[in-house]
Amino acid sequence: MIELLAKYNYWIVIILLTTGLYGVMARQNLIKKIIGLNVFQTAVLLFYVSMSKIEGGTAPILINHGHGPQPLFDNPLPQVLMLTAIVVGISTTAVALTFVTLIYREYGTIEEDQILELNKHND
Amino acid sequence: MIKHLPALLIVIPLLVAIITPIIGRLHWVLSWYAVTITTFISFVISLFLLQTVLVQGRISYWMSGWKPPFGIEYAVDYLNAYVLIIVSFMALAGAIYSRKNIEVEIEDENRKPLFYMIYLLFVTGLMGMVVTGDIFNIYVLLEIASLTGYALIALGKKRRALVAAYNYLVMGTVGATFFLLGIGYLYLMTGTLNIADLAARLPEFYQTKAVFTAFTFIVVGLSIKLAIFPFHFWLPNSYAHAPSTVSAVMAATGAKVAAYVLIRVMFTVFNPEFYLHVPFNIQYILLILAVAAILVGSIMALAQTDIKKMLAYSSVGQIGYIVLGISLMSVTGMMGSLIHLLNHALMKGALFFAVGAVVYRTGLTSIENLRGLGKKMPWTMAAFTIAALSMTGVPLTVGFVSKWYLAVASIESGMWWLVPIILLSSLLTAVYFWRILDSIWLKPAPGEESLEHGHNSHQTPVKSNDAPLTMLIPTFTVAMLCLVFGVFAYAPVSLVEKAAMILLK
Repeated sequence: MIELLAKYNYWIVIILLTTGLYGVMARQNLIKKIIGLNVFQTAVLLFYVSMSKIEGGTAPILINHGHGPQPLFDNPLPQVLMLTAIVVGISTTAVALTFVTLIYREYGTIEEDQILELNKHND
Repeated sequence: MIKHLPALLIVIPLLVAIITPIIGRLHWVLSWYAVTITTFISFVISLFLLQTVLVQGRISYWMSGWKPPFGIEYAVDYLNAYVLIIVSFMALAGAIYSRKNIEVEIEDENRKPLFYMIYLLFVTGLMGMVVTGDIFNIYVLLEIASLTGYALIALGKKRRALVAAYNYLVMGTVGATFFLLGIGYLYLMTGTLNIADLAARLPEFYQTKAVFTAFTFIVVGLSIKLAIFPFHFWLPNSYAHAPSTVSAVMAATGAKVAAYVLIRVMFTVFNPEFYLHVPFNIQYILLILAVAAILVGSIMALAQTDIKKMLAYSSVGQIGYIVLGISLMSVTGMMGSLIHLLNHALMKGALFFAVGAVVYRTGLTSIENLRGLGKKMPWTMAAFTIAALSMTGVPLTVGFVSKWYLAVASIESGMWWLVPIILLSSLLTAVYFWRILDSIWLKPAPGEESLEHGHNSHQTPVKSNDAPLTMLIPTFTVAMLCLVFGVFAYAPVSLVEKAAMILLK
């Protein structure tokens, strides 16, 4: 039990993942869906960063240009991967928000049910 | 120079994509030239790569000279080269075709150069996914192709295109994030992202739950991208409301590349031995989804009144065929799937191109509207007819070749009950295409009816008003290839046989 609780960061990942996915599926408001999507993506960032952490490790920076003994450091690769994933997340959010703006301009609403209703009437 | 071809395949279009909107400020046609030439170069490079693979086997290119598990590797073998040729050829055909198409479907002059930039980035993303040998790199390029894909769909004329693009974005991002999560689990277990290295290190972890979780996340994520039933809901609206060039290129290449990645993950990263350790029968799950996709896609296509939507639903069914071949997990089944990647790209490409030509002339996409077009646009409609016959699986067309291999593979695997399902779906396909062919060739055009009934003797021949040449040439070339590869099926079949042997060794 204690062992499971000690890995609390992974529990947070799971909670964030499900919260985000729930937000995406359950919300009618298009912007709230995007917020859900962001939470969902952030959970994955946390997952990668968690796995790169080594107990007692420091930031992965070489001391003395790599000469001499080095301190124990975290795995830098997942962190770099997540920099890429953050960029992807920002781009996705930007594109999504652009769509929402355009949808609002065309339909006058950002509620999914109202948009569906408008699509039904007017073909 | 020759050595760097795998990298140039991506680098050239990326650089041109940056300058495309700039030169487009002078005149948008300049960006059309830039994109057409670039996609042509990519096509030539793909042919070169295939030839190199045929001569010396697998190509491994080390990005900036870093040795593979540490640096990013671009790897090309039979399968990659084959998919690359499909993607770059259809991208080239789409680029040529787009010139007249976007004249009517994207009216804003300022948007046209941007359309070409996004188009080129989309194609680059897809080719990158195919050429790279690094699984995280696949994720990044997948997102490039997806983000540009959403934007391309949103360029559609109706406001519904925006909603379709938004829904696709939400689904696509969830799918891509699942894929990323799966890669995370694989990295956690093995400490590597290189596909070849993963394939070597994973077997010792096959029994662990983490690897199983990774597999599930990756396959579910890719299923959303591939639009496997029941994750297909984003597809019909996206294809129906996007500009015709986009529908054609996306249907012909987007789903194919997603299928390629699924095959790579299922048979290279994991090997068939893994499926013995899985707690449930993955083969049956995929098989049931494939059969459901084939039937649902065909039946839904029957119910449509808009031709683009009908073609989109038929894509859902055709993706089912690809998954069917994968799920059989035999060399013949894999050959059926792989050959169907090419065949479906040609057929659906030709069909969407022909519909785009109709939109160019008439501006409408309802099936009702196609009456009598056979006389007005004989060449376009001939191309449409060839592709439609191919979709139903008439012998001497490519559709027959893929269905033949899938049926043979089903019998070989002892699942003869799949054969009636393939036949039933062919029958449904024949029904929904017959409706259209009937109105094209046998029904009089809307204005002509009164003429025919009133004064029969005065009937004037309908003036032929076919699509412009830049549309007609790609449409007809792709449609003719449906016949060429149907008759001379040996060339692609021998290639996919080698690819399938490597995958299922």
